[in-house]
Amino acid sequence: MRTATRGPATPPAATRSPSGGDPAAAGTATPGTAAPDTPAQDTATRDTASAGAGNADGTDPRPMGRHLLSAADLSLDEATLVLDTAEELARVSQAATVKKLPTLRGRTVVNLFFEDSTRTRTSFELAAKRLSADVINFSAKGSSVSKGETLKDTALTLEAMGSDAVVCRHSWSGAPANLARWVRGSVVNAGDGTHEHPTQALLDAYTMRQRLGRVEGLKVTIVGDVLHSRVARSNVLLLHTLGADVTLVAPPTLLPVGVGAWPAAVSYDLDAVLPTSDVVMMLRVQRERMGPAGERGTAYFPSAREYARRYGLDVRRAQALPDRAVVMHPGPMVRGMEISPEVADGVRSTIQEQVANGVSVRMAVLYLLLGGAQPAIGSVPSEPGRRGLS
Amino acid sequence: MTATPSTPSPVLPATPPPATPPPGRPPTPAAPGSRAVLQGSDVLRVVDRIAHELLEKTGGGQDVVLMGIPTRGTTLARRLAARMAAFEGATVPTGSLDVTLYRDDLRLKRPRALEPTAVPSGGVDGRLVVLVDDVLFSGRTVRAALDALADLGRPRAVQLAVLVDRGHRELPIRADYVGKNIPTSLGESVHVLLQEVDGRDAVLLGAAGEQR
Repeated sequence: MRTATRGPATPPAATRSPSGGDPAAAGTATPGTAAPDTPAQDTATRDTASAGAGNADGTDPRPMGRHLLSAADLSLDEATLVLDTAEELARVSQAATVKKLPTLRGRTVVNLFFEDSTRTRTSFELAAKRLSADVINFSAKGSSVSKGETLKDTALTLEAMGSDAVVCRHSWSGAPANLARWVRGSVVNAGDGTHEHPTQALLDAYTMRQRLGRVEGLKVTIVGDVLHSRVARSNVLLLHTLGADVTLVAPPTLLPVGVGAWPAAVSYDLDAVLPTSDVVMMLRVQRERMGPAGERGTAYFPSAREYARRYGLDVRRAQALPDRAVVMHPGPMVRGMEISPEVADGVRSTIQEQVANGVSVRMAVLYLLLGGAQPAIGSVPSEPGRRGLS
Repeated sequence: MTATPSTPSPVLPATPPPATPPPGRPPTPAAPGSRAVLQGSDVLRVVDRIAHELLEKTGGGQDVVLMGIPTRGTTLARRLAARMAAFEGATVPTGSLDVTLYRDDLRLKRPRALEPTAVPSGGVDGRLVVLVDDVLFSGRTVRAALDALADLGRPRAVQLAVLVDRGHRELPIRADYVGKNIPTSLGESVHVLLQEVDGRDAVLLGAAGEQR
């Protein structure tokens, strides 16, 4: 198996060291005081995971019903397996005249979306359909939810109809994790509140690997509304697992309280970080989550123009990037706010590729969760402490 | 083999896993109890003979595309193409066809990592596609390969070349080119080692109970 050759069951510390070179790098990259417990917890988590993944041929001690709730659910081996699988699936899709694989024939995937989404829902739907799964789309609008049904009752209803997997998006952080305790099938978190969005992190890592050939050792700068961003949380966790160095850049008001414990460096100065960045990931300022304080959302920064001037990526700033650096955005983007149209449509931009890669990566996740007798990736709900960031 | 229209549509009932997993997977290093049926130059001679047969039966390799089933089938396909070129200067495109997503035993095991699929630039439409694998056993891999091939295009005809036929077919499938017939019991294992992958050429027959 290829994954075995790439990722031997070495502790994460050892696999990470080639990227930084000096062991102190991880320490300096983690400001704040809470740092010590995070890596330790990570190591324990990762070891459990690779012990499970190590039993390659069907002797997994873990029970069925594994989930992808957090990017921290994936060990290095599992994350690499997802990316490798996505790469092959993309290749097969490109070569085939019939772009449909029989792999998940007879399986049912429910798209349970309590929050508006076009990109992610269609991406998951297409991914499931390309693998021949039956797809049920369920959105809160026009459903029993608007009549007062609870999440649990909705979940049990879908369960009774025999769904094998539930892809869940919800405005509450942790809703998919609750769901995972109520249903027998696998749960895939498609974005929960301001918590996590693991498949977005996977497609971002896939896009980095496609453009730059690797993820390990890359310097990734994530800029903007980190506080409200599930994309940032999942990316920090996954990129850490894959051995990239992450720097978060945001105004202090848009950084969460516990950010010091994250496996990432923090900066308030975008211009200082850009010249050494291989990847710049711009985040949307999520005004809808900022409440009605004063003029909409202005409680976190003086004005949109000031935000754009200090933290927006325009042509001048993009010129400071190294030659091969790429610019990413998870979408939807606000042109003129966090990113200027020239940069968003420029040669460095991977925004369209990210959308296209989303389908391949989600196909890989669904295949690895549902394609066999037992899932090959993910966490079990009875395993506390596998979640990464608070 | 030729994909005749009379072949029943491959909707297969779920079967219990065979005593030994189907062929085509990377073997573990040769177990101490196994004995070599073919070794070194024996393997080269067998490959040469298949290459000659291919040239003979296909009119010098006209229109032929060799599609290997990973891992060792792909290596064998490349070797066969090289030998066909050496003997008659035939230019035969080769490719690689992963059948994992088309297997009928997917539901019986954990999802496996995928192997590379690569189609030569000319495609497979209207060509004579020869599937190449190292060991022919239950025939289920070949059935999966026929399905995978159908999604890539519409070949004029499909044939099958294998280095070893060990018997115990579970489907109505036979090979058009066979390197060596090796009668085996169900419990035995057959490993093909190739220079490019394993560092040496050999066909090993393992004792009963050994797992590939």
